[in-house]
Formats: sequence, structure tokens, C-alpha cells
Amino acid sequence: MSENVYIVGAGIHPFGRTEERSGREQGVFAVRQALADAGLEWTDMECAYGGSAAAGNADIMVNELGLTSLPFTNVANGCATGGSALVAAQQAIASGMYDLALAVGFDKHPRGAFNAKPSDYGLPDWYGQTGMMLTTQFFALKIQRYMQLHGISRETLGRVAQKAFQNGALTPHAWRRSEIDLETIMNAPMINDPLTKFMFCAPAEGGVALILASEKKARELGALNNNGAAKIAHIAVRTRPPDSFEVFQPGVSVKEGGKPTVLASKAAFEGAGIGPDDIDVAQLQDTESGAEIMHMAENGFCKDGEQEEWLANGWSQRNGKLPINTDGGCLACGEPVGASGLRQVYENVEQLRGRAGERQVAGADGSRPKTGYSHVYGAPGLSAVAILER
Amino acid sequence: MGQKIDPELWSDDAQPHLMGGKLPSGEIIFPMPQGDAAKDVEPHKLSRTGRLWSWTTQGFLPKEPYEGPGSGPNEGPPDFVPFLLGYIELPGEVIVESRIVDANLEDLSLNMPMEFCLVPFNASHDTFAYRPSKEHTA
Repeated sequence: MSENVYIVGAGIHPFGRTEERSGREQGVFAVRQALADAGLEWTDMECAYGGSAAAGNADIMVNELGLTSLPFTNVANGCATGGSALVAAQQAIASGMYDLALAVGFDKHPRGAFNAKPSDYGLPDWYGQTGMMLTTQFFALKIQRYMQLHGISRETLGRVAQKAFQNGALTPHAWRRSEIDLETIMNAPMINDPLTKFMFCAPAEGGVALILASEKKARELGALNNNGAAKIAHIAVRTRPPDSFEVFQPGVSVKEGGKPTVLASKAAFEGAGIGPDDIDVAQLQDTESGAEIMHMAENGFCKDGEQEEWLANGWSQRNGKLPINTDGGCLACGEPVGASGLRQVYENVEQLRGRAGERQVAGADGSRPKTGYSHVYGAPGLSAVAILER
Repeated sequence: MGQKIDPELWSDDAQPHLMGGKLPSGEIIFPMPQGDAAKDVEPHKLSRTGRLWSWTTQGFLPKEPYEGPGSGPNEGPPDFVPFLLGYIELPGEVIVESRIVDANLEDLSLNMPMEFCLVPFNASHDTFAYRPSKEHTA
């Protein structure tokens, strides 16, 4: 890859529940907002990549956006749908083939926990019939062991959720927009021990669109010298290595294997030529409170067990040494699968451009962050990391 | 005893064993694969004892395809019976996900000895579980 790639436009349809709009209409809403943000028209777009997990194909959006004959590729890659759309758009530009590309993700899920069919995952029927094929159980089982091994308390799980709702309260695109005190979080109904109701995100709806440009086009648009762009330093996507522990595993290897997040994180840092200490703001997959805690270590921001100190001291709050999930993350925004990974990148773009309003973080130089890190994790064991810089 | 929830899931010995598979490399996996994936995999009787690797509670009625209490045509959440589940490390073999019986949440701790057992699952079927080893609780 030779060309530098910039994000010059970002749009979002508020996450949560929007009865009157389909998932795809929320995607169209986001695309129009991203175009306006970049000062572009739909007719300017040269190629597009997008998808959803449960709300239909993205390429039908041309019915509403305009029949411009652009190549529009549908992406269907589960929890990595948004991340894969972003990678495809980045590569389209980095290859030198296009100057402008769209990455879009949207979704609309039914209420309640996702229910999965064993055969879709190559698993026997008894696994579902006996009530062991629930994503929430996996997250509880993973953090339960982690807490025992590394001395993480239940209160720390609660503090992660408390921070998420504090940030969500200041974020126009968040779903849960009021703070919830620690006691309420800790005493809420238990979903799967040790995780209570407020420590889990819920399936939701929403749409995100990002417009990517070559350096030449970004300069032409004036985006390089007026805080209009964030540069993609590196993106890495990794699927699970041997012997890893992932969602929906009736059997786990006794050998301790690698983790897709660790692999994606290392590759992204190497590609960007920087390290965890250089990151000013981070969005980490927080399907539930424990996920954020474990992902802090898996992404290299602290050692196993140090999260206890981090959360007690507020180091991951907006004014802390590394603000994490500044828009409330999945806990406050919900998780529309196809849009969730792009929401994280959207949030970093807004933070780097100094447009994050009340939730704006200062960054190392006191004005706005210079670098932003985003990490998405999903079934059946894959991670995508994107590092942005200005 | 009811019918087995899956005829291949455990052996029919007097002291039944959960069935895993042995790969040509010697690695033990669970469950035993089916169809083409079972080629070159030798059925392997897993250890009846192991240690608790992790655990959690299931306090709400799972959606389909769950077929336990509460899932029937005239049943609902009030008929659901909460249960414990977790992972049991079978030393040198594999870590298996299992229902946990004969224990309360507060009894469970990392690495506690566990043993295999069969339990009724619903009106017609049995399933497998692990429970704290008798010697351990005594």
C-alpha cells in the first residue's frame, strides 16, 4: 500500500431504537450526514462498501442516494462487517485506484440477547438445547476466570459501566443518556454472574458512514489544514489463532493459545510505528464491563490486574491518562452489529478533529487528541484494530 | 432415566464417560466431531474427574433452541429452573463446558475438584453435568 488514506467525512444516525426508520434508512441518514460533513455530493463517490448483520444489503441504498452506477460491494462479515467495509474502502484508495470511497454499516436487531443456531456455527444441537449457547455466558465465564486469576473486583466491573453511562449522558448519538450510580449498577438483576443487567450492552439500531479520501483529494477538499481529516495510520484485522478461547466453544484447549485481539493490536501498532503509550484516546470493545477490562490488557494499555488501579483512580475517564470509550461505548450506545465497529472510528474522528462537544478530551497537548485507537471483537473470534492520527 | 440428549455424547458404560475425540496429532477435543470432520478422529473417553476452570449462573430463560423447563408450549419464565454452568479442565485432555449440579454459586472456587454425572434435563431427556467431587465436599 502506498497512498496515505484520510477520513474526510463522518456521519452517524443516533443509536438506540428508531421505530420509524429501517436499519438501511438509518444507514442512508448517516451517509447523507457524512457527505455534508465532507462537503461532497453522492455523485462524487467513486466506490462504496457496506453491510449489516440483520438489516439487509447495503447496495440497495443507491435507490435513495442516487443511481450513479458506482461499484457498491456488500460486506457480510458478522461482528467485523463495519471493520471489513472500512478495510476494503481503505485498500481501494491505498491501491491508487480511487480517490474517494464510502464505508457504511447499519443494523436493527430484535430486542433481547442474540439467539444463535448451533448448526450455523458447526456445533451439535445438544449445545443449544441444554442452554449453553448464549453469548452472555461466554463473557461471564471469561471475566469470572480473569477476576480469579488477576484480582479484579466486582466493583471494578461496576465502575466500567458507571463511566460508560457518564460518557453516554454527554453524547448525542448514545442510546442510554442518563448516568447510573454505582450502587444501582451493582444491585441490578444478575444476567450471568458476575455481570448484572447494567454491565451488558443490548442489541440496538443505528448507522455510521465514513468517507475516505486519498491525500490528493483530501488536500483538494481543504480537509488537511482545517481539522477536517483524520489519517488512517494502520488497520489490522485478525481471526483466531490455535487454542484460543472464544464465544461458543463446548471444548477449549488445555494449552493456552493466542488471542485475536493481541494479534490485531500488535499488527496495528507495528504498522503505525507507534506503541500503546502514544495513544491519546481509545475505543475498546465493551460488550460488557469485563470485556473492556480484559481488552485494556489485550490491547497493550496495561498489564493483567492493573485495571483495578486504573478504574479506582479514574485513569480511563475523559480526563484520565487514557480516556476509554468516550461516547459510552457499546454499554451506552447498544450494539447494532454492522455499525458498532464504525461507531468507534467515528468517535475517534470526532475527537481528533476536536468536534466531540461536551465529551471532547484534551489529548497530550491539551487541545485535542493526536492519536485514536479503536478495537472491535466479535464471534467467532475476530478482532479489528484501527489507529488514526492527525 | 430418560433418553440421552444426544446418543453419542457419553458412553454407555456402568461408569459413563463424556465422549471426546483424539486427533492424529494426539490432541484431545470436545465434542467428538460428526460427519466429514470426524474422519481420522478417534472417539476418546474423557476423564470423569477434573478441576473447575470457570463458572457462571444462568438465571433467565434462554431463547430457542433451549428445550429445558420453561421452553414448552404452555410454559414460560416462571417454569424455568435457574442453573449453574462452567468449564471443567480435564487434566492433559481438554476443558469442557458443562452444567454444574449439586452446588451453590458461593460453593464454587477456582480449581476445585469436580466429577462427571448424569442428570435429568427435562421430562424426556437426560444430560451430562459435573459436580463438586464427593471427597472434596465431605
